[in-house]
Amino acid sequence: MAKAELTPAQRLALARHPERPGTVEFIQNLFTDFFEQRGDRLCADDGSICGGIARFHGRSVTVLGHRKGRTLEEHVACRFGMPTPEGYRKAQRLMTQAEKFRRPVITFIDTPGAYPGLEAEARGQGEAIARCLALMSSLTVPVLCVVTGEGGSGGALALGVGNRVLMLENAVYSVLSPEGFASILWKDASRSAEACDVMKLTAADLLELGVIDGIIPEPEGGAHLAPQVLYRALDAALARELGELDKVRPAALAAARYQKFRKMGEQALRKERP
Amino acid sequence: MSSILAQRRQKLLAMKALRSTPHVPVYTRETCPGCGQMVERRELSNHQYVCPLCGYHHPVGAYYRLSLVLDKGTFRELDAALASNDPLNFPGYKAKLDSARRRTGTGEGVVTALGRIGGRKVAVGALDSRFFMGSMSAALGEKVTRLIELAGKNRLPLILFSASGGARMQEGILSLMQMAKTSAALERFSRRGGLYLSVLTHPTTGGVTASFASLGDIMLAEPGALIGFAGPRVIEQTIGEKLPEGFQSAEYLLEHGFLDAIVPRGELRSTLIRLLALHGKEGDRHGQG
Repeated sequence: MAKAELTPAQRLALARHPERPGTVEFIQNLFTDFFEQRGDRLCADDGSICGGIARFHGRSVTVLGHRKGRTLEEHVACRFGMPTPEGYRKAQRLMTQAEKFRRPVITFIDTPGAYPGLEAEARGQGEAIARCLALMSSLTVPVLCVVTGEGGSGGALALGVGNRVLMLENAVYSVLSPEGFASILWKDASRSAEACDVMKLTAADLLELGVIDGIIPEPEGGAHLAPQVLYRALDAALARELGELDKVRPAALAAARYQKFRKMGEQALRKERP
Repeated sequence: MSSILAQRRQKLLAMKALRSTPHVPVYTRETCPGCGQMVERRELSNHQYVCPLCGYHHPVGAYYRLSLVLDKGTFRELDAALASNDPLNFPGYKAKLDSARRRTGTGEGVVTALGRIGGRKVAVGALDSRFFMGSMSAALGEKVTRLIELAGKNRLPLILFSASGGARMQEGILSLMQMAKTSAALERFSRRGGLYLSVLTHPTTGGVTASFASLGDIMLAEPGALIGFAGPRVIEQTIGEKLPEGFQSAEYLLEHGFLDAIVPRGELRSTLIRLLALHGKEGDRHGQG
């Protein structure tokens, strides 16, 4: 692949490109017979998380992911892909059901972060995300996650505790949006390009840090220029990983996932007298 | 021989506790953030750093926090040497770590320990808001996870005092991953019947709220503590208006169903003793401890 090397800031722009395919397009093009499941069974349906049952290579799976919306109305309804607690509780419901019916879980991650709003706080945004993390870590079915666009903060990780975590080549994944990062550390949100350089948010950086397991190549210039090419690569990667995970026993799936995340950050530890 | 060692350890811990207690010059006064009145520092320290005039709960360090609830002489620190090593080579981080270590006397933003509360053996940890705002680093996540795993292995009740500004920015994505690590450990602990008492203190926000702090069997908080996922400033910017009085306070959370009780600092120890007893011999298998 003789592509020109993109800077992290350029990849961020591609990850946020308005025409970049997202969860809805992936479901339409990689899956058949999709039945959307809506609502958290408590009070609402949050459109910023889209999910349901579908067929993937002939078998039933539970598929879910962040939805940013395509039109202005959809953008507003989905808050540009920023879920409320209701979204995360819907995700929990779908994943619990997937385990009950022994369906693998496939998630697509693409969010600037969980919605920072008054109602979201009043209804327990932190608790909703924490429960997602706890639940995903213990599922006894295969869990496969793909960071497809922006993986921002706990709002992204809430769908990201998988046996395998893959990333599209130009996707980014970080503790916070680069703007938020620059604003917290340097009190200046406009220094986001600089933040991109130090944050280690590209797929290559994260593979090296052991946070993700593989990178799915994108067509030159970004996924939006040749979506069909990307769908083929994504389909192949998902089928391959799922085939591998099929060989693992249910209890071992949860145990392996535990060990995978148990090791996260090992390289950051040192032992010394404080 | 071992008793000499034990004595020496006790002395050392006593010294450590002294060092971590804020130095209190006898006659200095300060303005209370709660009521705006002048309060003598000595008066504050006599009241566990709760304002005697208005009841404002000042943030306190981790060693002091644990000394308030543990039986005297039972504190045994775990993983004191475990610390962060600047995994992303973040500009300026090493120097800031060094100065935080000197200032707080701890290697990381959490102190974990084994000890006894009302005679009952417990695994206990406290975050220290003076150390990088108690933000979640890989080392903090590791110490918390080890404590959870140890509690699980030894069938001990687990008690965590949270106080955190959120993620440790300088450790980037590795900080984020600690949310998954600690939550996974708690889920496993819980499924095996472990009792976890989570105590939220001022302030508990961000990734700590969205992971281990929110997963307690029993959720307690100190009066007036700020508790939330997003910080108030970010929310104000998003919705473009001022937030209502008391938003994200412990009282607000209690009202919205996310806490079991608000417990003043002076009653924390007795409340914990009561809860531990309720989960005692007659209650669950943790009674054997």
